[in-house]
Amino acid sequence: MSRYDALIIGAGMSGLACGIRLAMFDKKVCILESHTIAGGLNSYYQRRSRVNKEIIKFDVGLHALTNFVKKGTKRAPLTKLLKQLRFQYNDLKLQEQSHSLIKFDNTQLKFTNDFEVLKLEVSEKFPSEIDGFIKLVNAVNEFNELDLSNSEYTSSRDVLKNFINDELLVEMLLCPLLIYGSAWEHDMDFSQFVIMFKSLYFEGFSRPEGGVRTIINLLETKFKELGGELKYRHGVQEILTKDDKVVGLRTKKGDFFSDVIFSSAGLPETMSLIEENKAKYEVGKMTFMESIAVLDRPIDPKDFDATIMFYNNGPKYHYEGAKDFFDPRSAVICVPDNYQGNNDPYGVVRITYMANYEKFNALSKEEYNQTKDLAFDKAMELVKSQFNNFDYNIILKDTFTPTTIKHYTQHFRGTVYGSPQKIKNGKTPYEGLYIIGTDQGFLGIVGSILSGISLGNLYGLMQE
Amino acid sequence: MTQEEVKNIVLDIIVDVAPDEDVTDLNPAESLRDQLDLDSMDFLDIVMELRKRHKVEVPSEDYPKLATLDSCVEYLTPIMQ
Repeated sequence: MSRYDALIIGAGMSGLACGIRLAMFDKKVCILESHTIAGGLNSYYQRRSRVNKEIIKFDVGLHALTNFVKKGTKRAPLTKLLKQLRFQYNDLKLQEQSHSLIKFDNTQLKFTNDFEVLKLEVSEKFPSEIDGFIKLVNAVNEFNELDLSNSEYTSSRDVLKNFINDELLVEMLLCPLLIYGSAWEHDMDFSQFVIMFKSLYFEGFSRPEGGVRTIINLLETKFKELGGELKYRHGVQEILTKDDKVVGLRTKKGDFFSDVIFSSAGLPETMSLIEENKAKYEVGKMTFMESIAVLDRPIDPKDFDATIMFYNNGPKYHYEGAKDFFDPRSAVICVPDNYQGNNDPYGVVRITYMANYEKFNALSKEEYNQTKDLAFDKAMELVKSQFNNFDYNIILKDTFTPTTIKHYTQHFRGTVYGSPQKIKNGKTPYEGLYIIGTDQGFLGIVGSILSGISLGNLYGLMQE
Repeated sequence: MTQEEVKNIVLDIIVDVAPDEDVTDLNPAESLRDQLDLDSMDFLDIVMELRKRHKVEVPSEDYPKLATLDSCVEYLTPIMQ
């Protein structure tokens, strides 16, 4: 019988970070992961190009590591994370974005890792709104988004109305924040808005050299060096409870026992693993599909110089579960070539659409492939319309859909930002069972890692 | 263990927990958190490292006794004999 001080469901960012904290202080801890590699919602894979036989590495999940700060920046989330996990800043090998664009028809706002650029853009494009924008910035600055006791939902749109009158500016500011983190349709909780505002606009985007696998490898190596156990192909089938307390986890390969369990599987997904569970938790509606085109040579900045473009057709941003397979009215175009210092020998464009899980899930294999091709072609049309010039050859194409996400992460409906219900303090109706990761409510890669750290500290180290 | 040794133990831990901080000119009578960029997470690590390296248990009600370098030494020296 295997007994542990703590068990963790899922070797994603939050599970690994939580595991590192516990193992660092000599806890006997085991992470159970259903997949064959780590990363969870931010993972990776590779494919061989049929054109030139080259092996090409892909990232799934976020296009960027948010929360970029320069080395040594005090009190920043990234700095906290590095200290808590005992990493060096240079371990992450961060490459900064060139700039990003929010583009609604003919109006665009540029932002970079220097917040002054966005302020200047707002003052130029929306001169009558700059005072309100600065007041909003002050309100964001004063808000303590990391307060774990703060669990009431406040509509960000309601708060924004107090500061900004121009509806187009509201939509444009919300667009990147929603699509990079909101589990709610059309809106998000104000505390999550603040997290996102700070991490995208105040701080900014970067990417580790080599992509997301650089971070995953760091986390995994550290966890194992500290003596943590990590078991792949160990999907949890049941959370074992007795008198409303957790006692262990059941997998096909055997039972694991502990009275402290951290689950990064998602809130409704975690609760569905408890046989007697009667509580109902809402499954989110936001899921996505992404087309990835690998090009025969790196993208020339003269053709396209933004790292990420948040594109929208029309003045209103429709952030909602797609009615059809995907919603072509808006998209995120990510060009990793434009991370400074990236020297991949080929070019990459990633185009993300909001999508519909049920529609994809109902298709036959053949229809599914046809729909993927259709979405890919639509995505390339958009790319060509946004590039100044596009004469690249596509050497490899790939598309993942909500059903792909469901398959690899077991998230119901392929949700990426989890349930609209967030459990800030991680507590569940079951003693010893804690939610970490997306459904705890910190967002992005840095947020997930901080979620694992914070709750690991609180329930794994401080309560003895 | 002498007071000087206990002081060095605490400083060693701070350097490991917060490697970017300069501890050479600390005023021992002044609050550590006022002089260094230490948040509650770092503070937890100091307590955890004391336990891990020196088997010293600091109950949470005693955390205020670790506020300055002087008070750390005063509190920890008798425990670490």
